[in-house]
Amino acid sequence: MTVEELFELHSEEQARLRRLENRIYCCTAAGCVSCGAEGLRSAIAAAIKAEGLEGRVEVCGSGCLGLCSKGPLVRSAADGALYGELPPEEGALLVRPNPIDRQRLAAKRLDTNAPFFARQLKIVLANSGQVDPERLADYIAAGGYQALAKAVTEMTPQEVIEEIKRSGLRGRGGAGYPTGLKWELVARQPSPVKYVVCNADEGDPGAFMDRSVLEGDPHRVLEGMAIAGYAVGAQQGYIYVRGEYGLAIQRLQTAIKQAEREKLLGNRVFETGFQFRVDLRIGAGAFVCGEETALIASIEGKRGQPRQRPPYPPESGLWEKPTLINNVETFANVPPIITEGGDWFASIGTETSKGTKVFALAGKIAHTGLIEVPMGTTLRTIVFEIGGGVPGGKFKAAQTGGPSGGCIPEQFLDVPVDYESLTNIGSMMGSGGLIVMDESSDMVDVARFFMEFCMDESCGKCIPCRAGTVQMHDILSRLTRGEGTAEDIRLLEELGALLRETSLCGLGQTAPNPVMSTLRYFRHEYEAKLASGGRQ
Amino acid sequence: MSVKTLTIDGKMVTGMAGETIFNAAWEAGIRIPRLCHVGGVSDVGACRLCLVEIEGQKKLLAACLTPVEEGMVVHTNTERLRAHRRLILELLFAERNHVCSVCVMNGQCELQDLAAEAGLDHVRLRYQFPKLGVDTSHERFGLDHNRCVLCTRCIRVCDEVEGAHTWDVSGRGARSVIIADMGEPWGQSESCTSCGKCVQVCPTGALFSKGRGVGEMRKDRRFLKYIVTAREKHQWIR
Ligand SMILES: Cc1cc2nc3c(=O)[nH]c(=O)nc-3n(C[C@H](O)[C@H](O)[C@H](O)COP(=O)(O)O)c2cc1C
Ligand code: SF4
Ligand code: SF4
Ligand code: SF4
Ligand code: FES
Repeated sequence: MTVEELFELHSEEQARLRRLENRIYCCTAAGCVSCGAEGLRSAIAAAIKAEGLEGRVEVCGSGCLGLCSKGPLVRSAADGALYGELPPEEGALLVRPNPIDRQRLAAKRLDTNAPFFARQLKIVLANSGQVDPERLADYIAAGGYQALAKAVTEMTPQEVIEEIKRSGLRGRGGAGYPTGLKWELVARQPSPVKYVVCNADEGDPGAFMDRSVLEGDPHRVLEGMAIAGYAVGAQQGYIYVRGEYGLAIQRLQTAIKQAEREKLLGNRVFETGFQFRVDLRIGAGAFVCGEETALIASIEGKRGQPRQRPPYPPESGLWEKPTLINNVETFANVPPIITEGGDWFASIGTETSKGTKVFALAGKIAHTGLIEVPMGTTLRTIVFEIGGGVPGGKFKAAQTGGPSGGCIPEQFLDVPVDYESLTNIGSMMGSGGLIVMDESSDMVDVARFFMEFCMDESCGKCIPCRAGTVQMHDILSRLTRGEGTAEDIRLLEELGALLRETSLCGLGQTAPNPVMSTLRYFRHEYEAKLASGGRQ
Repeated sequence: MSVKTLTIDGKMVTGMAGETIFNAAWEAGIRIPRLCHVGGVSDVGACRLCLVEIEGQKKLLAACLTPVEEGMVVHTNTERLRAHRRLILELLFAERNHVCSVCVMNGQCELQDLAAEAGLDHVRLRYQFPKLGVDTSHERFGLDHNRCVLCTRCIRVCDEVEGAHTWDVSGRGARSVIIADMGEPWGQSESCTSCGKCVQVCPTGALFSKGRGVGEMRKDRRFLKYIVTAREKHQWIR
């Protein structure tokens, strides 16, 4: 496809969509599928047929529509309405509703002006629920691949990197390293062979941000990777997806095939000299394989174990070649930055953290689901406005950053959520899991839960993490059983410092965080559990 | 090759570009504790005992993996490092079943030496007492998993020096174990040449020669160095 053909297809498909009387989007992400989205979709398709409306009304699958707790979700393009908890027979009414049907449907209509929707800002998820992830034409109609076209035909690699640097984008995989700087490091390496790797291992318990992006808008990630490949001088990309993400894998495979067929990926991208191929690598579900050096070892076919950095992957990564590794959400931010400009992106967010962040809301919160908010939004807004508050209870803490993060108590509800402020209060941005706890949560048990996770997921290479997580878990279990002593709490702190300072990789280094943060803010709960009943 | 000058524990030390801090220190008579490092094979940075403080660096770095740099100021024996090392050793003693009094290596064991050096006289952590086996299927050698510290020296020497790659790690985390080939009893391993190199480099009594009583196992500490220099310089004399 040439750039001209891309724009032609873009207008043709937009015109086609405008001619339709209605297009009904059924969320086919995992959450809605588990509450009957497929049956709903077939019922709508059958109704279209029965009414003889083929070619005038369409039904299609879509990515996550956000409010997972009200699934299955359906969006009707004709009036922009969003419906929740629709049984198949009511879904069928959407096709050609009479006034009585309309009334019945109105009861299932969700208020899209409610804070849950109104307080969000969608950049990464802009297409999620707006395009059929299995149709390339849908993505192109939404402006897809225009950023790649612009990059390869109008910009030099250095200009692309400058744009990313100007945007202030930072890695969404957890550590928040400035993306533009990382690209520049890889671009500077003289090696003729380089790689671009997309980290889609997403192993945090309860996290499904990356999964939703891959399932709902796979082409976006491919486009971001191809732009990165152009900028750093790589011809080959790999997406490392966890094996449990069957639907994401299938959608990615479809998307790669479509993009290759249209020469949006492959030998002559947009008929220029730039070539870029993308292949999938399927992980076997070890959390540690999300760590970049372990991920590289795993792609190379070795045991998925981290190694000491430096050398960092930009210098020596996959097969010892310069390698750019970014997270799914990081890549998904790239196309809009190229199209809209780095300054536009940098105008959103806080001083040090630009753009938006996707969070998966879970736990004791009214609206569980996937949200995207500007960086700097306060936890209070996220939990009480967007999340609808804590049903029937009182907010106690929010856990961010998964097993590497910490518990944030009520006193910090007004802290703007960005990389630095979360780190300052003993937690972490992490990849975007956000679990809300009410006063029924036992903080020592929460810490024990995350420590058990790290203990089970430790690769076992280095002693502090392999044996230290076992001992910390042992102590936490003793404490939860009411058998702990004051000496145990001291040991817990000593072990925590050891793991943080001496472990080989991030897993061990951050494993103590949930313990340390709960000890910092909920120490009385630990002390109340001592065998001596709190007396020292 | 260029020479780098650095300071280790207040002493001026020189090292070749690319040489590790660990080597430069040992050559200057500064002994940094180590368990996974063994001369002649690649380093993995697994035991974390050789961590050192480098001025201007927030993170502690493994001396066995960090190359010397001009003007570096390194501290190998601060109070913080000593505390970490003691706790790492405590973790190791609590992890498996190290009953020194009945071990073939009693008195010769590197783990014991490290503990003595660190002044470790008791372990504050709970012993885990895992149930682990002993593989005595090999004609001449044995492997007692109870004494293994998972340093992977045996894996590396067998792979990189003998070229047999008999050993590997199976499982992860605390469930990691050393296995021969695809998990066969050692005696049935098709790749093992019975060269004994792994036994010589094992720091503890985990790998041992059969027929030795308590405290009788002697390991030849210069064995590996001898083979490596012999290969490199073709000097087959000790
Ligand atoms: C134990 C561990 C697990 C990780 N898991 C992931 C993961 O699932 N996805 C991810 O993108 N990054 C993960 N990371 C971070 C990666 O190592 C790496 O920093 C990231 O992929 C870089 O991409 P970014 O700069 O776009 O964030 C993990 C790190 C550690 C230490
Ligand atoms: S910190 Fe844990 S996961 Fe990382 S290398 Fe060490 S044992 Fe493996
Ligand atoms: S005896 Fe030699 S060949 Fe056999 S396992 Fe040991 S090092 Fe490898
Ligand atoms: S058997 Fe010996 S050399 Fe091999 S990993 Fe265990 S302790 Fe190390
Ligand atoms: S000797 Fe350096 S980490 Fe073990």
